Amino acid sequence: MRYLPNSPRDRAEMLRTLGHRSIEELFSQIPEQIRLQGRLDLPGPLSEQEVLEFFKQAASQSTREYASLLGAGAYSHFRPAAVDALLSRGEFFTAYTPYQAELAQGTLQAMFEFQTLITQLTGMEVSNASLYDGSTATTEAVLMALRLTRRNRVVAARTLHPEHREVVATYLRHLGTEIAEVPYAASGQVDLAALEKALNQQTAAVVIQSPNFLGAIERFSEVAEMVHRSGALLVMAVNEPLSLAIVNPPADADIVCGEAQSFGVPVGFGGPYVGFLATREKFVRQMPGRLVGQTTDSQGRRGFVLTLATREQHIRREKATSNICTNQSLCALAATIYLCLLGKQGLRALAEHNLAKSHYAATQLAKVPGASIPFASPFFNEFVVRAPGNAEALLDDLRREKILGGINLERFYPELENHLLVCVTETVRKAALDRMVRVYQKFSSQKHARAAAPSGVSHPVAQEKA
Amino acid sequence: MKEHPRHARPHITRDENLIFERSSPGKCGVDLPSPEVPAESAADALGGDLFRRDIPGFPEVSELEVIRHFTRLSTWNYGVDTGLYPLGSCTMKYNPRINEVVARLDGLATDHPYAPEELTQGCLKILYDTARCLAEITGMDAVSLQPSAGAQGELAGILMIQACLADRGDPRKYILIPDSAHGTNPASVTTSGYQVKNLKSDAHGCIDLAELDRAMTEEVAGLMLTNPNTLGIFEVSIREICELVHRKGGLVYMDGANMNALVGVARPAEFGVDVMHLNLHKTFTTPHGGGGPGSGPVAVKKVLEPYLPSPTIFQSPDGSYSLDYGHPKSIGRVRAFYGNFGMVVRALAFIAANGAEGLLQSTQDAVLNANYVMRRLQDLFDLPYNEPCMHECVLSDRRQAARGVHTIDIAKRLIDYGFHPYTTAFPLIVPGAMMIEPTESASKQELDEFIEAMRAVAEEVERDPDFVLNAPHSTRVSRLDEAGAARKPVLRWKP
Repeated sequence: MRYLPNSPRDRAEMLRTLGHRSIEELFSQIPEQIRLQGRLDLPGPLSEQEVLEFFKQAASQSTREYASLLGAGAYSHFRPAAVDALLSRGEFFTAYTPYQAELAQGTLQAMFEFQTLITQLTGMEVSNASLYDGSTATTEAVLMALRLTRRNRVVAARTLHPEHREVVATYLRHLGTEIAEVPYAASGQVDLAALEKALNQQTAAVVIQSPNFLGAIERFSEVAEMVHRSGALLVMAVNEPLSLAIVNPPADADIVCGEAQSFGVPVGFGGPYVGFLATREKFVRQMPGRLVGQTTDSQGRRGFVLTLATREQHIRREKATSNICTNQSLCALAATIYLCLLGKQGLRALAEHNLAKSHYAATQLAKVPGASIPFASPFFNEFVVRAPGNAEALLDDLRREKILGGINLERFYPELENHLLVCVTETVRKAALDRMVRVYQKFSSQKHARAAAPSGVSHPVAQEKA
Repeated sequence: MKEHPRHARPHITRDENLIFERSSPGKCGVDLPSPEVPAESAADALGGDLFRRDIPGFPEVSELEVIRHFTRLSTWNYGVDTGLYPLGSCTMKYNPRINEVVARLDGLATDHPYAPEELTQGCLKILYDTARCLAEITGMDAVSLQPSAGAQGELAGILMIQACLADRGDPRKYILIPDSAHGTNPASVTTSGYQVKNLKSDAHGCIDLAELDRAMTEEVAGLMLTNPNTLGIFEVSIREICELVHRKGGLVYMDGANMNALVGVARPAEFGVDVMHLNLHKTFTTPHGGGGPGSGPVAVKKVLEPYLPSPTIFQSPDGSYSLDYGHPKSIGRVRAFYGNFGMVVRALAFIAANGAEGLLQSTQDAVLNANYVMRRLQDLFDLPYNEPCMHECVLSDRRQAARGVHTIDIAKRLIDYGFHPYTTAFPLIVPGAMMIEPTESASKQELDEFIEAMRAVAEEVERDPDFVLNAPHSTRVSRLDEAGAARKPVLRWKP
């Protein structure tokens, strides 16, 4: 086996040193009856060439030839070559959690920079060194708010990512914590009147996502005022943090958390991503996850260490603020490198690029007969379009043109039948957008032609397919 | 000034500021393509009160400066690629390069989790195949790849036990955990809503059957154990332990962090475990990345299958793969999407490259290496539990402590010899623990050098303890003021 550095002679010498005749003797503590008889039934062994062939074959059964308008918490952005070049340095990716600070200053300084970048983007005072992903970051933020307020009720917007809502529910189910849901208004933003009614003296946290799952950017200062009046904490989830380059950060929030996958982490079928959690300094001792702090060595030189570890499981065990141990360090490093490359100007320019393209697409789609943009609130790179007919049939037509046209919202919001969630980033060129608009136009005109015909079939494309 | 020992090498000590301190206005590390569409005024599109004008303090640097900055930072790190990394319990194995290549293939790194299933069969097949391999390796009936890391696998497993017992009408209150356990075990149990009851280990560092019998009351939902345990010792009575827990109506959770000692040798399902997690970043060599990402698949027996996190993945008779959301008894989701897919790709690449023979040889080498180190150091360092070890061994600083030198000091001095330290002060049941896990990635030659270094440090402790107490002497920074860092936390750069 090519990965193993011991030769048969090495093994024999070591066994001799240990006074054993065979390797099996080293396993003698394992009772005979439970030792595996025979061989595991597994693929391989494969040469490196065969491994590559196997995965290339799998990779060919993919959407790599498609233009993708899918977002919904996983955003396709261009990744500069420098990101992977630096991540691929073995000193970074083959290192462990930086417990031995003298041998891990590279990781520690990079994480300190990550924490700084996240505070700059979110307008918060402190950030941790990452959590698993957006869904668990939001969940950890809620758990933190429960500890801070000692209350036991959570109010979550219906426009928080549906899968993130599910994760919050999984973690809270056994605590007997009530989760109240606040609907969205006609604008697509959270319904403020309903929010006001949902708040009470038991409410620990209000969780709002912005841009929300429907793409709408929330008016968080109004929300914050209302939430704080009730004594609850405001948790703002940001799952497309590129928006923060041109949208004011939710600085009135108590915890800002979410998903930083947009920053240099591939969309990679859902993970690994990188959750973040930032808050106010006064809440730092209730934060989950690792924190890197600046300090000095015995000669007064600047250095970095993991700090405030008395919050964490390896010290506090059952009294820890979270059970998290391994986080998403390498993905946080990717985000750090990415944000440094783009910098102040690049990030703004990229955000403006996304804004322009998504608004172009929305404007063009709104012109298609029968299609409309149902929510009037401001949006960033993602918006809802009402399809001019059956959404699944339209998505099928788009697929034939090698376009993944968006997510059928009915899957998560039964009331939004025939509504698509469309995301437009810099990875979609204008030609693809124009092609998409043409498919909509054709779909719309066929539907009208068909509707005028006597057959009266309500699902024209399904019939066409049959 | 002392001479460097043979294997010590000074680090590149070049100084490097924070990236923010390199910044100057007007620089940028990327050039973007034209949007090709009319510009949209952000102020107009968003409205005046939402529109952000500036991100104060955000860096402005060129591409080259980014490359140099992070390249320099990387040289202050030590990785498996640098040398022996015998960090006990963490399993610092070689991370094969081909795994990095295949995980980045166009199609695998780029498919969207909500793309239509018919078009993402490649990704789904990888998930399905990996789950099948892990079920075979553990002997379990079903596997969910969703948990993000070991600790989340633990939580998912304990929640499944809770759901199953609740279905039987009696969810119970406590989970038993041996005092040698990883810190995540009690923390995960608390997160699940159960309370922790600690179980004292016996004189051999194993679970005390009589103690377990007493503790395993009708209020106890189950036992959470690590096997081999954190002392690197196989629980010889594992079958009796599991039988006892089952007889009293509980279920057994196994922390699979040490599964690298058992792959190809024994299967947890066959000694009575009901649910366990695996750390793909340990046993299956996905990189630790300076602290993550991990991946913590959870494997269960039939009795717990209905409670697995949703969705699961299945293969239809026509050979195609789909996700199945129809599990009314599922504990729900523990995270968005389907898990750390990129880590799953790497783990499958490792399994397939090795095959059953390679995995067995890896297990055998890991155990051989650990025993070799233990036996060649036990004359100079205290061996609190003199049992044959599996993949790791635990020594202690008892003898050196008499000279005022502790496990952490010896660890720091090892750095000067060119090695990453072992794990210090864990497990907690061994005062001054020195936990050494060479893994199968260490050659005999490297182990001999490590042993030589350990023996040299033991000698230094006798001769010149102060020199050891002030180590490391060769790193870019010397020992850092951790107390000061916690007293006045500086957690971000400020202009």
